[in-house]
Amino acid sequence: MTLFLLRRTAALIVTLLVATLVVFVVLEVLPGDPAAVMLGTGASEETLAALRAQLGLDRPAPERYLRWLGGMLTGDFGRSYTYDVPVAGLVAERAQVSLPLALLAIALSTAIAIPVGVFAAARRGWPADAAVMGLTQVGVAVPNFWLGLLLIVVFSVQLGWLPAGGFAGWDAGVWPALRSLLLPAVALALPQAAILARVTRSTVLETLREDYVRTARAKGLGPGKALWRHAVPNALIPVVTIMGLQFSFLLAGTIVIENVFALPGIGRLIFQSIAQRDLIVVKDVVVLLAATVVIVNFLVDVAYALLDPRLRLGSGHG
Amino acid sequence: MGSLLRSPGLILGAALTAALVGMALLSLAWTPYPPAEMNIAQRLAAPSAAHPLGTDQFGRDVLSMVMGGAWNSIVVALVAVAIGAGIGVPLGALAAARRGWVDEAVMRFNDFAFAFPALLSAVMITALAGPGAVNAIIAIGIFNIPVFARLTRGAALALWQRDFVLAARVAAKGDAAITVEHILPNLAGLLIVQATIQFALGILAEASLSYLGLGVQPPAPSWGKMLNEAQTYIYMAPRLAIFPGLAIALSVLGLNLLGDGLRDLLDPRLRRER
Repeated sequence: MTLFLLRRTAALIVTLLVATLVVFVVLEVLPGDPAAVMLGTGASEETLAALRAQLGLDRPAPERYLRWLGGMLTGDFGRSYTYDVPVAGLVAERAQVSLPLALLAIALSTAIAIPVGVFAAARRGWPADAAVMGLTQVGVAVPNFWLGLLLIVVFSVQLGWLPAGGFAGWDAGVWPALRSLLLPAVALALPQAAILARVTRSTVLETLREDYVRTARAKGLGPGKALWRHAVPNALIPVVTIMGLQFSFLLAGTIVIENVFALPGIGRLIFQSIAQRDLIVVKDVVVLLAATVVIVNFLVDVAYALLDPRLRLGSGHG
Repeated sequence: MGSLLRSPGLILGAALTAALVGMALLSLAWTPYPPAEMNIAQRLAAPSAAHPLGTDQFGRDVLSMVMGGAWNSIVVALVAVAIGAGIGVPLGALAAARRGWVDEAVMRFNDFAFAFPALLSAVMITALAGPGAVNAIIAIGIFNIPVFARLTRGAALALWQRDFVLAARVAAKGDAAITVEHILPNLAGLLIVQATIQFALGILAEASLSYLGLGVQPPAPSWGKMLNEAQTYIYMAPRLAIFPGLAIALSVLGLNLLGDGLRDLLDPRLRRER
């Protein structure tokens, strides 16, 4: 197990380093002169030189990369060029919107998907199962941002129950803030729930065929108890893995949905930074998001190995 | 053929996919109006005989734009699948054939590529080079590479243990010859199914990117961009938000059903579980 953890951690560090290097090369070396990109074509040579000096662009690239990396490790992400505040503070402020939104979406999708998936598995081959499978097939095909628009049409335009966009802020109280996150979270959660429900159904069906479930039934346990006590807990391990793999879709979805509902989260920040050519913020946020995906997948891998000893005895990847 | 008729999902999927491709091809030769043609006098017109799906805020014919958008979606998703398969399949096959450090390097590359959802790659490319359809293709293509590499590697590793590969080895064939003559032909079915699913994901990703303004640029029609513009007029003409979204959802549904149906057809053992 220690060997597995060491190998996996080494791989994690290498992946993170390569990711930072690629982002650095793409956003700071390939543009030639990032200062020219940020200031546009009309900038004078003096302004360009001043910005280059301010950003440290007059130093060689390898030195800049190491400084940037070292800064990030100590929580110093540099200063936003447009907002003139530390990027770390900017990201922390925006995360107060993005993080609750993502968590709300995960909670909603799990709360819907697992009962629905187990229900379909228990009714396998019956019309109820076919109906659930048909609905989830549609759910997978619906783009989350379109669902967001449809929710706006129904709940904001027609019924006027919930805001069509914007964020009240946590200072306005928990309920007004949650009200602004409700439709976005539903738009994110439903397509995710469709995928998770399908996975749950097929893994529950697999565990229902296992010997231990048959033994439990032979010992006189009712079908409902055998399902909930033995089949479902074992079926949830692969479901958690799929949730980990789906994390990058959730992250991308959050960025899109924040733009649909004009929520001031990290997704909006990244697009505002592109529009303002604030390469410093773009670079930091892209690395942070990529690192989050890598770390979540690492944690899922490790959790999976802890739960399933067969895996950690294998080659350690796959 | 008998098993084909017993799969309503496969038939529906094939029909929807044929409709998508047919609509896209037709749009190259004919649309009711040129998709970019504006007619301010006819702006935000309700559906009528002249404009079956109505017109948008510039008086453009929505049906013509949906048809033109189909072509854009197909091209972006198809080229992105070609990039993913074109790079991912050889990488996966190489990792399975050579094992050892080559395998390790390919797997680490996969981990790294997985860290960049199409949206993040598109954000970086756009920050660097400005928005455009090519960005969308590259970004989605990059995301497809590890998908095909993992699938090919996993399935090829199992094939390398089989007797017919051993026989080819005994006949003194090299790794490359065995891969081309024995491994890849046996993976064709699996890869076709995955390509169908990635094609569907590509259509979804392209729509998201063009909704965000990172994909194809005006005046070329695109479903995602139509939805973005529809949002501005959501109080005046909510119906504008219906048709492009429906086109995306039906296309993705069709391709997913087609992929599932093909998988069942190629591997009947899986049918009972799905």
